[in-house]
Amino acid sequence: MKKFMNDVSKVEDEMILGLVKAYPQYLKKLDCGNVVIRSKRKENKVALISGGGSGHEPAHAGYVGTGMLDAAVAGAVFTSPTPDQIYEGIKAIANDAGVLMVIKNYTGDVMNFEMAAEMAEADGILVKQVVVNDDVAVKDSLYTVGRRGVAGTVFVHKIAGAAAERGEDINKVQAVAQKVIDNVRTMGAAIRPCTVPAAGKPGFELAEDEMEVGIGIHGEPGTHREKIKSANEIVDFLLDKILSDMDYTGSEVAVMINGSGATPLMELFIINNRVSDVLKEKGISVYTTFVGEYMTSIEMEGFSISLLKLDEELKSLLDEKADTPAFKA
Amino acid sequence: MNKEKLILVIDQMADAMESQKEYLTELDNSIGDGDHGINMARGFGEVNKKRDALLKMEAGDMIKNLGMILVATVGGASGPLYGTAFMKAGTYLKGKEDITFDDFLESFQCAIDGVMARGKAVEGEKTMLDAMMPAKRAMEKEWKITGDVKKSLEAGIAAAKAGVEFTKRIAATKGRASYLGERSIGHQDPGATSFTFLLEAIASRI
Repeated sequence: MKKFMNDVSKVEDEMILGLVKAYPQYLKKLDCGNVVIRSKRKENKVALISGGGSGHEPAHAGYVGTGMLDAAVAGAVFTSPTPDQIYEGIKAIANDAGVLMVIKNYTGDVMNFEMAAEMAEADGILVKQVVVNDDVAVKDSLYTVGRRGVAGTVFVHKIAGAAAERGEDINKVQAVAQKVIDNVRTMGAAIRPCTVPAAGKPGFELAEDEMEVGIGIHGEPGTHREKIKSANEIVDFLLDKILSDMDYTGSEVAVMINGSGATPLMELFIINNRVSDVLKEKGISVYTTFVGEYMTSIEMEGFSISLLKLDEELKSLLDEKADTPAFKA
Repeated sequence: MNKEKLILVIDQMADAMESQKEYLTELDNSIGDGDHGINMARGFGEVNKKRDALLKMEAGDMIKNLGMILVATVGGASGPLYGTAFMKAGTYLKGKEDITFDDFLESFQCAIDGVMARGKAVEGEKTMLDAMMPAKRAMEKEWKITGDVKKSLEAGIAAAKAGVEFTKRIAATKGRASYLGERSIGHQDPGATSFTFLLEAIASRI
């Protein structure tokens, strides 16, 4: 393993410290752990908290700021934060308007956030939640824990954050967040794995000419493994999966081409070139496009495509002002 | 068992998690996100650091606090699950100075109930419950027949190991491995495995 770091056990702490030092105008760290809140609080609005394992930077702390999150909690790399950490975050941002938790759908994340919510509710804090599950690579059925939450989560932060900033009540903010979840689908692929610092070696192996299709943001295996193909062929396959999961015919969409950490922008743009053409061909109109690193997997070489189906309400919330370290609108 | 003996059991569990750290992580790499051993070792490492404080408590509180430390330090899914298990067991044992084997079995059932409720899972979903529940049944049966603690624990360990083997043959329907569906068949469940190591650690000190 070769990484720019000092001490494996301090990777998360030093990362959060460095982030806060880079953006003091946006972020403040709580003393109790890796919990980041807005340095300038806005009172009397629904407060949004999200979080998850570290290793997905700029998610989630990079989205703390005006028009998005009020707090982000960072666990160990690829490991859900613990209930006591989340509870501290909730307490720090709680007000009479209530707190909405944006959780990615993983067994650990859901359990830890729910335990934290139980603790906060015992203090009389109003806490509601939404669970993001946009990854179409994973089958959703009664017999699984459901789809994983991946890059589409950033759309939830943006749009629910805008609704909260407008002063909507918690039921409305929760409903809008759920509307985003219901209308966003994502799928990705990777050609090189990532190494969790504490593990010291890659989470999986891929031959030089292989790719993992449908991979998760923790390097979890996807739907299948095959020989690498051209960018256009890979895009066509992923888009086909996304478009056959939900009917996008005639709709307007927001597109996110998300890099996993080690994919050059050059390649992300090559990918977007095809995505844009295929959508046009299918009569789906692109309202806006985001290309970059939004939800990474440390240094994994991969990408995901997210399509969010828009209506007038979602469009206007997407266009609202956002000012955070990693997302501006 | 008194609290002086109990702390040795806790030491043994911490040793087991440290020495099996890489093996458990390796198992988790195949069907999960590759952090189970690292997380469990971190949690029990923290337990170790708080050994003196734990030793000042009565047995039930010791177990309950062990659970609270795990909840606060393990993270992932194992933190809330193992944390809940120990917290429930500790709550049951509250006020008991000398823990009998019957107490142990009862507290063990409380732990199982806690895991089922927290994880919304049942037996047969390729989780730690597939080792815990057969182990409980085997210990209870052996205890009724022989009244021998050692034999009962041995029966429990054998059943837990058989449970781990069983998890290789089934597909996961809970936890991160469930995303793999049929592809999870052939791999043993890391949580069922770590539970078996913990039970072995308990048995080695009784």
